[in-house]
Order: sequence, then structure tokens, then C-alpha cells
Amino acid sequence: MQMPAPDPHVLARKPELVARLRAVLPRDAVIDDPAETRAYECDALTAYRCPPLCAVLPASTAEVAAVLEICHAMDVPVVPRGSGTSLAGGALPTGDCVILGVARMNAVLETDYDNRFIRVQTGRTNLSVTGAVEAEGFFYAPDPSSQLACAIAGNIAMNSGGAHCLKYGVTTNNLMGVTMVTMAGEVLEIGGPWMDPGGLDLLGVICGSEGQLGVVTEAVLRILPKPEGARPVLMGFASNEVAGACVRDIIEAGVLPVAIEFMDRPCIRATEAFAGAGYPDCEALLIVEVEGSDDEIAEQLEVILAIARRHDPVALRESRSADESARIWLGRKSAFGAMGQINDYMCLDGTIPVSALPEVLHRIGEMSKHYGLEVANVFHAGDGNMHPLILFDANRPGDLETCEAMGAEILKLCVEVGGCLTGEHGVGIEKRDLMNVQYDPVDLEAQMAVKDVFDPKWLLNPAKVFPLGASAGRREGSRAAQ
Amino acid sequence: MGPANETELAELIRGANGPLDLRGGGTRVAWRPVRGEVVSTAGLSGVHLYEPGALTLVVGAGTPVAEVERVLAEKGQRLAFEPMDARKLMGTDGVPTIGGLIAANVSGPRRVQAGAARDVLLGVRFVDGAGQVVKNGGRVMKNVTGYDLVKLMAGSFGTLGVLTEVALKVMAVPQAEATLVARGLGTAEALTTLRAALATPFDVSGAAHAGFGGGETLLRVEGMAGSVAYRAERLRAGLCAGWDLVEGAESAALWRAVRDVAALAGSGEAVWRISTVPGRAAGLTAALAAGGLGHRALYDWGGGLIWLGVPAEGDGGAAAIRAAVQAAGGHATLVRAPEAIHDRVPMFQPQAAGIERLAAGLRARFDPKGILNPGLMGGRTREVAA
Repeated sequence: MQMPAPDPHVLARKPELVARLRAVLPRDAVIDDPAETRAYECDALTAYRCPPLCAVLPASTAEVAAVLEICHAMDVPVVPRGSGTSLAGGALPTGDCVILGVARMNAVLETDYDNRFIRVQTGRTNLSVTGAVEAEGFFYAPDPSSQLACAIAGNIAMNSGGAHCLKYGVTTNNLMGVTMVTMAGEVLEIGGPWMDPGGLDLLGVICGSEGQLGVVTEAVLRILPKPEGARPVLMGFASNEVAGACVRDIIEAGVLPVAIEFMDRPCIRATEAFAGAGYPDCEALLIVEVEGSDDEIAEQLEVILAIARRHDPVALRESRSADESARIWLGRKSAFGAMGQINDYMCLDGTIPVSALPEVLHRIGEMSKHYGLEVANVFHAGDGNMHPLILFDANRPGDLETCEAMGAEILKLCVEVGGCLTGEHGVGIEKRDLMNVQYDPVDLEAQMAVKDVFDPKWLLNPAKVFPLGASAGRREGSRAAQ
Repeated sequence: MGPANETELAELIRGANGPLDLRGGGTRVAWRPVRGEVVSTAGLSGVHLYEPGALTLVVGAGTPVAEVERVLAEKGQRLAFEPMDARKLMGTDGVPTIGGLIAANVSGPRRVQAGAARDVLLGVRFVDGAGQVVKNGGRVMKNVTGYDLVKLMAGSFGTLGVLTEVALKVMAVPQAEATLVARGLGTAEALTTLRAALATPFDVSGAAHAGFGGGETLLRVEGMAGSVAYRAERLRAGLCAGWDLVEGAESAALWRAVRDVAALAGSGEAVWRISTVPGRAAGLTAALAAGGLGHRALYDWGGGLIWLGVPAEGDGGAAAIRAAVQAAGGHATLVRAPEAIHDRVPMFQPQAAGIERLAAGLRARFDPKGILNPGLMGGRTREVAA
């Protein structure tokens, strides 16, 4: 993975930069000792590492503005960082950048149950947003797997999803407003606790812009009343095709489960060995969860189970208690941990039209044979968001490269069948150079034009999202101006 | 002019040097600050892809909304955001198009539960102001590949580009619906109850109140038959004790009237659409009345959306309304007014300088010739534009 060479002019001015940052931040909020900056050398895409020039940990919007103003004046690239859980390298530093971590900004600023919103600083973790409102019977809907650790800042940057977005949508559908600092240090209030923007939907394009348009320091999030109850049902099928057809029929029947999760045989076996959730040994497994009162759940499950029975399930297990529900979810929730136990793995994130599922799984199987690497599939079937896990051995020379080549081919396949490169993890550096597969140059130009407007010098997280070749002129333009 | 396809539209825009007045069916926004040559997208019509099992529909932007609804209804599905038919309110008689809906981000009563038009928009194709065809998003539910220009295009009223194709997430029509109805409640009391109902787990999909004419207060639940009966009963056992229950077609008719703002149709008033913090809606309209603004108010989204009819004189209440909304939070759009008022009042709420600078920057990049509905957004009036 190629990253731009650090700018020698910036490296040479490190002492001046650090002095100016120290003048506006508390002493312990500027980290420049190479032994300590190492802590920020990567995110959850650990195959790539590079310590930053320095890291700052501002505690307020005003401090963020002060930092950005300095970096803007000195033409220093800034890489914003939430909790560093990006699987796409969204927070990977370059050697000449300042890492701007929002971890110290984790306060709840306002909760308003009457108007159903919460305003938080964006360093707050996803799960602790729900934690702040659940005593009153509310929750924050987007639930990425990393929700215990991941920050709202990163959720907004990547427009994170989760298992329950079939019903509740992703971050952009639950974000009402932000306080954002531009690269030039200007503080903007965009949106608020009301519906829809009064002009262009800037909030809509900021969400998912991977920290390239501004640093979001505060967010107004929609909170929802918790459903009365939820219950999963587990179904095993003899083939991926049949499981795919069952998903289609459930959706077509007009029932809207909150989640439909899919696991294939390699994934079932691995998680079973790891977690012992008692899953049936079958080709494909679905977990379908519905919500409501007991009677409402029963009403929905009656329809869903009738559909499942038409597809000759090899197993059909309805939860009858909280304990049984937990056991049904146990394997799914341990899937990534189970894979990590056996092997190194690369987790992909393409989305496909649900109808293409059998074909895509079949072709992934063929690629697996061709490349000699095993693949386990676990994914959000209701919305077509796949998570193929390619297993490899990081200690075997060439394995990572083979794995990356196969990953690229799978993502190209997702685009070919009408889907996209990434459903919820983001482009980062991981899929940056595949953007040309999904978009023509004119499409990428339109996206880059947005960054030109928000960050004319291209200093915010500049080497991400767009193929390096496509963004080179813009990134180097700001340096040439020096 | 009416280009027959995307290529013709792109050629037309590449060759254009003067202002263009871009329209779907021309049913929603009658006024333009700069008169331009009318370009209709009605020729870009047709269903390109429909997968009921994936809840996905891809259509040409000029496809009539009625045609979209007919195609979906055949498979028991619909547009969940419940778009209004603006013709009666606006006194227009064109054919509403799906592209027009999206360009105006039009969402009806179900917005509180199912999201806005922008929330179900999965992908777009559009022609920018330089005549280039651009695509963004796709046809799958989850897609974070690159910037979300899809959201940016929704509600941009043609000022960043002309939509040629839209991909939408559609939803199943539920088995049943029921509406609880109360009469004679004061606005503050009615809205407090509606907000409380929206905070229950009973999945309320409509919460409206009419502040005049005997003032009905409405709460809707939809879903499977048993579930609807259960939730309506729970609400009537608590928050909505003594409210009437209306079901099926009768319930649907009530919500069509709310959706289309029927109570303000045909009056000579200027009409404002205000988005605000629901809990501040009653205070906002009360303060306007105390300040001497005679008005009639309809509330939707539990108070988050206010339709205000005011006497069509002077500035149509613009100064008072915009100041009150600024203070409460939100924004006010002048939806309907005589030319004399439109010409001196910007249609959209003026925004903070920093935000307006970004918006103007985006318009300049996407429409370098300044020909796409020029001046419609960005706070210009005809007086300023002229």
C-alpha cells in the first residue's frame, strides 16, 4: 500500500509546530516523543503502520479550532482519529501529519427525551451513548460490531452501520446536527434537533466523508424508544441459494425484521469450535430477529417461520428465553474473534443486491480454490452487506499480498453484480485504489470538488478515499504554493 | 424544452449559456428569482429496475409519481416517506415526478417513523452545470463508497445538477393502519401528547394537529393487524384515553389531507413551511400570534413541522417568522405567496455566513456557468438577482 512521501518542509519545522501547539494546549495534550507517537501508528488495519509527526488530544471545540488554525497556517496535514477502530485505515498517519484524537471529548452535553435527541462530544463511544439514555428507555440505533470501543466521531466519518440498520438505518439516518471545525479553524453549526436542513444537505455529505471535510466535535443524535422486546430465530439450510431465497421471501412478504444475519459453513464451523453456541452443522445459517411485545413478536414469527418451512430448513430454532436468545447471537457475535483465533484474516465489506447472493458466494468459493486461501462468509443479509473473511498467515511471505489480490477481486465482483466496494467500513486506504472500479473519473472529480470547497489546501486526511493518482495534483498543489 | 434522454439533456446543458428553469412536473415550486428557459425532465421517464425482494426501485427522474406508486402497489409496496401531492396547495396542475420529489426532498407525515425522501435515496445519476453526467451511490441499502453526493442532491432543488435517474429503497404496505382522533385540544396540550406518544415503543407513524377549524389531533399506528390493534389499545389505555379510533380507508383519508396540507389549499394566504424543535412549536406560534401575526397553523411530525398560513400582505410575515424560527432553532421556507412577496423574500431561510459560503462554493463548482435554477437557493430575491 503506497502512501505519499512525507513533506521534508513539514518535518523540518517540527520543533516550531510543537511549540505552537503547546502554546494553545495543555502540556499533556501534545505528544511528540517518538516513543509515544508510536501509539498512534495504526488503527485496526494493523498491516500498515507509520508513526505521525505528533499527536494532539484537545479537550474542547475551541482547542480543536486552535490546533487546526496552526496546522492550516503551517500547511501541516491533519489526520483526525476517533478510537482508532477503522478496518480501512481511515486513521492511518503519514510521517508528516498531526494526529488529532478526540478521545478527551467524551461528555454528554444535553439529553432531551421530550424531543428525542442527545447532544454529545464526539469522542464518546457508540455504546456509551445508549448507556446515557437507556435508563429512560431509549437507545441510539446504529450498532457497529466495535460499538464498545468506537467513537461517534469515527461513526460519523465512516457513516457506520451495524446489524440492526435494516430497520433503523445507518449513522446518516440518525444524525441530526454537528458542530464541525473546518481545516481553517472555523467553527460551524450544521443542522440541529429538528428535521432536514434549511439549505443544501451539508450534513449528508459530511457524514461518511472520512474526516476529509472537517473535524466534527459535537453531534446531535436521534434517540429512539426501546422496543418492548426482541427475539431471534435461527434457521439452517442445505445451501446458500436456499438461504438467499428465504431472505428474499421474508422481505417480499412485508415483514420487517430488525436484523437478518447470514453465516456460511466455514464460518459456522469456526465459530462453533470457538464459542460452542450449538449451531447446526449446515451449509448456511440465518439469524432473524424481530421486535415488539410478546404477541407482536409471535405474530411476525408466525409469518417468518411459515416462509422458512417452505424452504425445507435443516434446523429451525425459536428462542423461548433471554438465555436462548443470547445463545443464538453468541456465535454470530464471536465470528470475528473465532476467525482471529485460527488465523490472520482480512475482513471485506462489499455490498451486493440480495438477489446476487448465491452467485457471489459461488464465485467467492471458486476464487478461494484459485488463490489457495480459505474464506468464511458472515454478513448482514437483509441489506446485502457482505463480510467475507479471507484467512491468511501474516508470517508466511507473500500471503498478505495474495490475500489483498483476492480481496480486490471479490470487491470487483461486488461492483460487477450491481453492488459497491464498501457498505459500512469506509474506503480509507484499503479500498482507495479500487475506487476507479466503481466510479468513472468524472464521478470522482465531483466528489473531490466537494473537498476542494471544504478544504482547499487538501490538508485533512489527504491520502485517503481517492486513488493517489487522482488526488495527486490537489495534494501537491498546496505544497507547491509554499 | 424537453430532452428525451440523459444524453440530450447533457448536450442541452453543455450548450446553454443563459439561466435554465429546471422542472419535473412544475407542481411544487412555481416561483424563480431569475426567469430562465424552461427545461422539463418529463421525457426521462420509465422504470429501469424493480426488485421487490430487495426493496429496490430504480427509475428515470421524469417518471410520474403516480406511475411509481402504481408499479409499487402491484407488489404491495410503496414509497415509505409519504410524499405530498402539492397541486391543491400550490394551485398547480402539472404531473408530479419522482425527480421533482427528490430534488425538493419532500417528505410527509411518516417522516417521523420512516425517514425523509433523502433517507431512502440510494443512488442518483445527474447532469451537472457543465453538462457532465455524474453518478453517485448505487442501488444497495448500505454504501459508504466515497462521498455521499446522494444526500447532497436531495433537496438541492436542481441547483447542483439535474437528476436523471434515482434509486430508492421502497417498503411494504402494512396489513393495517389505525388512527386515534381527539377533538378540541389546545395546541400546547395536543403537541405534548403527540410528543409523549412518539416516545413510546408503539412505533407511531403519524402525529399531527390542526390548530384551527375545530382542531383534530391525530396519531397513527401501522403494521400487522394484531400489532396495530394492540398498540392502539395501549395508547388509548394511557396517553390517549377517550380518543376515537378510525381504521382502514377512513384513516388513510385523514392522512392524505394532512400530507397534502389540504386545510390551507385554495386560501389566499401566504404559506410557510417551518421545521423546528417539536417541543418549541407551540411556543413559537403563540409568540407570533402575540406579536400580531394573524395566522392559521397545522402541525405535523409531533410539532417538528409547522405549516403556517398568514395574510398575503407586506412581507408575508417573513421578518417575524424567520426571527422566531432562528431563535427556536430550525428554518422557515416560503412555499406559496403572491409574486410581490416572493420577489422581496428569499424562499429559504438565510443561513450563517460560514455555511452559506460552503453552499455557494458547492454551487459554483457543480454549476460553474451559474445556469441551474440560479438564485433559487442561497438567499437571493428577484430584486437582488435583477
